[in-house]
Amino acid sequence: MQLKTRTKMFCRCPVGFGAGENTQTCPVCLGFPGALPVVNRAAVEWTILLGLALDCEIAEHAVFSRKNYFYFDNPKGYQISQYDLPFCIGGKVLVPTADGDRVIGIVRAHLEEDAAKTVHVGGRTGRIRGADYSLVDFNRCGTPLVEVVTEPDIRSAEEAKRFLQLLRQTIVELGISDAEMEKGTLRVDANVSVRPQGSDELRTRTEIKNMNSFNFIARGIEAEIERQIGVWESGGEVQQETYDFDAATGALTPHRAKEEADDYRYFPEPDLVPVEPPPELVERLRSELPELPAARIRRLEAELDLERATVLVTGGLDRLWQETVAAGAEKVSAANVIINAPAAAAIASAPAPELVKLVDARDRIPRTAFDEALSKISEPGFSADPYLAQEAVSDSAELEPIVARILQENPGQVAAYRNGKEGLLGFFVGQVMKETQGKANPRVVSELVKAKLSRSA
Amino acid sequence: MAISREEVLHVARLARLALTDDEIERLTQELGKILEAVGVVSELDLADVPPTSHPLDLVNVWDEDVLRDSLALDEVFANAPARDGDLFRVPPTA
Repeated sequence: MQLKTRTKMFCRCPVGFGAGENTQTCPVCLGFPGALPVVNRAAVEWTILLGLALDCEIAEHAVFSRKNYFYFDNPKGYQISQYDLPFCIGGKVLVPTADGDRVIGIVRAHLEEDAAKTVHVGGRTGRIRGADYSLVDFNRCGTPLVEVVTEPDIRSAEEAKRFLQLLRQTIVELGISDAEMEKGTLRVDANVSVRPQGSDELRTRTEIKNMNSFNFIARGIEAEIERQIGVWESGGEVQQETYDFDAATGALTPHRAKEEADDYRYFPEPDLVPVEPPPELVERLRSELPELPAARIRRLEAELDLERATVLVTGGLDRLWQETVAAGAEKVSAANVIINAPAAAAIASAPAPELVKLVDARDRIPRTAFDEALSKISEPGFSADPYLAQEAVSDSAELEPIVARILQENPGQVAAYRNGKEGLLGFFVGQVMKETQGKANPRVVSELVKAKLSRSA
Repeated sequence: MAISREEVLHVARLARLALTDDEIERLTQELGKILEAVGVVSELDLADVPPTSHPLDLVNVWDEDVLRDSLALDEVFANAPARDGDLFRVPPTA
């Protein structure tokens, strides 16, 4: 993840998007000969803060190292990173599940610098191979990055997604990074291997890169699991390789063919002295840790259920839920309204007293009025009252003919419902809501549909 | 010799350097002599000496997270062989 410090890792150029190309650069981040790096104290503190949140041991003696490679996104010829003496070592994240907490081990968290942004021009693919030339913008070069490495403890794509959502929410709440995958401030590489059921061997792993959403990550991992099972079952052997996942086509393509293995020749950075985090600094940071998302999920689970608790907490919506419940709303209804709100960003800052009114009135007012109110709830001076004045159609006599017609028009679904597919209830209600342009009371409609379907067999 | 011709070629490839046969021969000799000179250290008994990453007896040299001026664009590009708008233009690298 990119840290959102004001300045870069080893120089005091600004961090951030949107500035003119190469205007946030200096001799240090451009790699001019003789320029010397100076560590950003805030970046070190935030790395330690994250390490504490991940239950890591904080190193008493940490060292920056040079990771040598030749590429124009880093003209020094090396990235300043950490190797054998990182800031944070050996932690864990607890992922709440229905079967207790899954423990995902953390190997380490270390601090390093980002590289420049490059654009490849010419060639067919916009990639480096076959390009005529490349263009480089050094604004991003030197931005502080924290890399977190997990133990091979994650057992499925779904679990990877849950872990990442929890980690992301932790990072956001610590206030150290925006951690937005679409913007590249959070990036994830997934290492994948498969093994026969019941076995505990770790077979050859591959790495998937360039996935910019949690859903793409889950799909990329699924695709790679399937590919590897196919390779093993057809008598082949998985090769250690890096793949790009193309979310549009679902295809995995080899990242680059290397003529030889990576050889970074790490050695301690001679331009920087070691960092020995003072114990009083570490203790101060420990005392600043907020209640972490995993603990809040467990706390809310007792009042709701795991699924709703997880969505509320990882969406950063649990505080709003608590305020709304404290202001008098029913717990599950409040959770449903908040979770299903069309724009999570708009509802996050909603005033709880107005939200309570809407939660209470959800079945009484027309769905269209309810949706409109939710979409505007965070606007300044919002009042729920005009929406509450509208009444949904709850008159059975008025709704019954519409329900009857919908059932008549969908004989297949009716038969399926009667054969036990009761989940189709929502389909019928939805059709009636559509027919009435959202003006019907969904609870009344639901009762009518149920009554009609159980009566005349 | 303390370094082989293959090792010299490997390091040259990592640095994207194309060396002539004469250069390979000369560098193998020179790098070998440097390694031999440094190798003298391994003759000492250092079992009780902790590894040192820095010769200075200093730790925690850092700067507060406060902005300083970046370079003006003409300074940024003063030494650039090729400029394309406000971007550096570089040859393709495999």
